[in-house]
Amino acid sequence: MSDSAATIGSVAVPDAVLPRPATQRKRLSLTPYGLVAPALTLMLMMLLGPLAGVIALSFTDYQLGAPSLSWIGLANYYEMAGDKVFWTSLRNTLVYVGIVVPGAVMTGLAVALLIQSGTGLRSLYRTIYFLPVMATLIAMAVVWEFMLHPQFGLVNGLLREVGIAGPSWLQDRATALYALCAIGIWQAAGFNMVLFLAGLVSIPKQLYEAAEIDGASSAWARFRLVTWPLLRPVTTFVVVISGIRSFQVFDTVHVLTKGGPSKSSEVLIHTMYTEGFEFFRSGYGAALTVVFLVFILLLTLIKSAIADRGIQQA
Amino acid sequence: MKHPANISLWSVTRHILLIAGAIVMLLPFVWMISTASKPPSEVFSSELHLIPHRFALWENLQVAFAKANLWRFLLNGVIVTVSIFALQLLVALPAAYALAKLRFIGRNALFALVLFGILIPPQATAIPVFLLLHKLGVLDSYAALVLPFTISVFGIFLMRQFFRNVPDDLVDAARMDGISEFGIVWRVMLPAAIPAVTAFGIFSVVAHWNDYFWPLIVLNSEHLRTPPLAVAHFRNAEAGTNYGALMAAAMVIIAPLLVAFLLAQRRFVEGIALTGIK
Repeated sequence: MSDSAATIGSVAVPDAVLPRPATQRKRLSLTPYGLVAPALTLMLMMLLGPLAGVIALSFTDYQLGAPSLSWIGLANYYEMAGDKVFWTSLRNTLVYVGIVVPGAVMTGLAVALLIQSGTGLRSLYRTIYFLPVMATLIAMAVVWEFMLHPQFGLVNGLLREVGIAGPSWLQDRATALYALCAIGIWQAAGFNMVLFLAGLVSIPKQLYEAAEIDGASSAWARFRLVTWPLLRPVTTFVVVISGIRSFQVFDTVHVLTKGGPSKSSEVLIHTMYTEGFEFFRSGYGAALTVVFLVFILLLTLIKSAIADRGIQQA
Repeated sequence: MKHPANISLWSVTRHILLIAGAIVMLLPFVWMISTASKPPSEVFSSELHLIPHRFALWENLQVAFAKANLWRFLLNGVIVTVSIFALQLLVALPAAYALAKLRFIGRNALFALVLFGILIPPQATAIPVFLLLHKLGVLDSYAALVLPFTISVFGIFLMRQFFRNVPDDLVDAARMDGISEFGIVWRVMLPAAIPAVTAFGIFSVVAHWNDYFWPLIVLNSEHLRTPPLAVAHFRNAEAGTNYGALMAAAMVIIAPLLVAFLLAQRRFVEGIALTGIK
């Protein structure tokens, strides 16, 4: 296939562009719409329509299977404001994001810097740290659950060796959310590492040499003067992406704790799932989705603001 | 200037730190394999040991395959991910070509919609898409698993960026050879864009092989379960009683992607890092 493309490419193109026959021009003017039609239709059906739909639904009392729906204005939002579960869920989500983002970003950055600071075994380390990103999270969540088993788990077994009685991590309301955070960091660090590695590679070597000539003799000074300022756009970018991804946390919560014990690990998307797909309260679930969207939108705006600044600087 | 002793000291420190981190990263995998290789008496013992006294991996795998139809679930995973990717290409490539190489009224507006679409997280459209599939009467089917993902705005964006760098001469020459615009997409653009298609393919397959949220919502029937759903159900049925078999099942489910990853690491890292652009 690529051979035929090469041959077509090597065919000499006449210097003077031939005037195209009118029929061909006409054909060309309609074909673009034919080419984009399937994509546009599906986009409206599966993406933009549903997005408008979720916002509209959030102002209704629709329940799946109900014969009719009525417009109830902001009632879902009022209900949400008075619902303790919603506030717990929102707080837990923010705690989760607040822990996982710094944890996974700093781990990713540290690992990337360490890998890049030497030449030995680079690709082996990169592979190992990237492994959790690839592995099906649900399967690994089940493994983590067993590792955190209060009695037969590896974690408490190791703690026992040093004389500490570990808690029942996922069954204890004081620790459940934090255990999920640990799994989140473990899973996301390698992804951030890859993004940081790409950023580090693009820093010109001469800058380090110049810094050294200017008296930045310690590794820390070179990091502070060269690496950190040049890596800042990448870092902000990684922070925002990690934020968006951790806001979407669902898999580990649903399989390991179902938001429990007593809502201590309930998070936004899990509440939305429960309301929308277990109780089939579509309207209320849609309102929860809108709240989730507002947070994602905020993070996205930060991201595009940064991207624009990056373009202006370039 | 650095002293050689300094460098080797740092090199040792670097390896110690990276190995320490690597142990944490690998621990769940190692513990999974270790537990999957232990008989129940050793799994339920408070004494920690990595290497089983009696090697029971084969038995645990047999139990896992007997209790859950793992072959069927793996096959479902293949059917769903391959159909999604094939349909994504079928829909995205012509659109990407039109956006990259053809002039038409509304092109910029359409591209703006694509860029906007990239920002919409999949959870946001779940309720209306679910209601739509319910109306169409296709819930609990392969169609329900595949249809919502046939449109990948990210794929359109990625391919459009790549197609823009394909020389116009190539397209013009193909036109002069009498190839239709639709033909150009598949016979000229696709072959030129194989690296981008591969990266997008890895991104797409990994995302949908590992997806749990959507199959959980639209499926009821056991025989349609995708691998992550299968692990979750296995866990609900067996947790607390048969960890060895559960870990063996988890191993089976993650094996296909991990093996593919280890065989083509560079491509996988590139493909997954694409999500960073999103």
